[in-house]
Amino acid sequence: MLSKLWKAILFVGIALVFTGAFLWSSLKEGLGDFTRVLYFHVPVAWITVVFFFMAAYYSYRYLRTKDILFDAYAKISNELGILFAIMATITGSIWAKVIWHSFWNWDPRETSIFILLLIYGAYFSLRSAIEQEDRRARLAAVYSLLAFVTVPFFIFIVPRIYFSLHPDPVINPQGKINLDVRQRIIFFSSLFFQTILFLWIFNVRKTQVKLQMYLREYKETKLLEEK
Amino acid sequence: MKQTWLIFVKDIQQEFKTRYAINAILLFAVVTLSAVSFAIGTFTAGSQVLSALFWVILFFSSMSGLSHIFIREEESQTADTLKLVASPMHIYLGKFLFNLILLFALEIILVPLFIAVMNFKLGNFPLFLLTLFIGSFGMAGGGTMVAAIISKASSKGALFTVLAFPIILPVMITGISATKKATETTPIASAQNELQALFAFGVIIITASILLFDYVWNE
Repeated sequence: MLSKLWKAILFVGIALVFTGAFLWSSLKEGLGDFTRVLYFHVPVAWITVVFFFMAAYYSYRYLRTKDILFDAYAKISNELGILFAIMATITGSIWAKVIWHSFWNWDPRETSIFILLLIYGAYFSLRSAIEQEDRRARLAAVYSLLAFVTVPFFIFIVPRIYFSLHPDPVINPQGKINLDVRQRIIFFSSLFFQTILFLWIFNVRKTQVKLQMYLREYKETKLLEEK
Repeated sequence: MKQTWLIFVKDIQQEFKTRYAINAILLFAVVTLSAVSFAIGTFTAGSQVLSALFWVILFFSSMSGLSHIFIREEESQTADTLKLVASPMHIYLGKFLFNLILLFALEIILVPLFIAVMNFKLGNFPLFLLTLFIGSFGMAGGGTMVAAIISKASSKGALFTVLAFPIILPVMITGISATKKATETTPIASAQNELQALFAFGVIIITASILLFDYVWNE
């Protein structure tokens, strides 16, 4: 019942965010219509990072408890992380084409999202290379945590060494938010609803994986009983 | 400390029996260097391009040798014995030390060759050496850990570079940036950010590896 209510809220909310972003939002000086990408690109990029942290968290939980379910959660966090990282890359790249006149020019921000994609790719190729289930889970978890240690370098240190053309992040070093009231309302509601969307997708996948595991266990015990 | 040292000495002795890793890594460096040099031909590439090329050669040649240290244990099936005689932390540190020495050997050969063949002009040689020295710790630390992971996977060869690249890339990016600064006659302090980042990365990756190595090594 509650989930249905949330679904309805989510539907209305996302619809409102879209309408607001395209019709009601005020525009930034110098960016014009291209301001609007802010409401989609930035939340998606944040969620990518959240998924990445979640994958690291579940990997840690797996190493602690050796419960194969946590490995499955880490895997789905990474799968969804790829999806969001690709969306962030595409929206960012289109914006870059308009503003910087090229889809890709190795701005530090672009580098960091590219590395994130590489890490996801490496993670899944590692998983596919190992057949034993517990070994695969363990090594993938270790790799995930190792990658988790290096990613802050791309997000926090590389942009400080290399000059970036990327507009100030919404939360910038000065701690100010450079948005007017309308922009703030749309941005934060977009962030809110997209976060709900992401939690919802994650929950659906989580339940699915859990059910798959129960089914497998059930089949295995049944096979044993028959013998 | 003694265990670490003993493992290190054992690996050095084993290496001198076959000289596989050192041969692979040095020949790879020479082959890549000659390929790059041949491709560039008589043009003189700018120092910006050259410092990037140097790190690319260094990265890929080290990738060809760093994984050997754990794969050797798996292939000769000595990993289980090693598990019995030493604690995981010391095994990691011993192997890390070996890989570090291997990297230094590679750099000792590669740097003069690169400078001679590519006509690489360095304004601030100490800065360049310092960058290499600090960067090697991060590369060896990350490389050793990924080698440990890869030695437990079924397809060992090709995957190593794929897995190690995102982990070691911070070293490469900051290393290239510091090397660019070293080609000009700038004081060492101008590359302070890069050196700090390299140092921090080395410390973090080695600490994380020591903490995580137990899970890779013991099944």
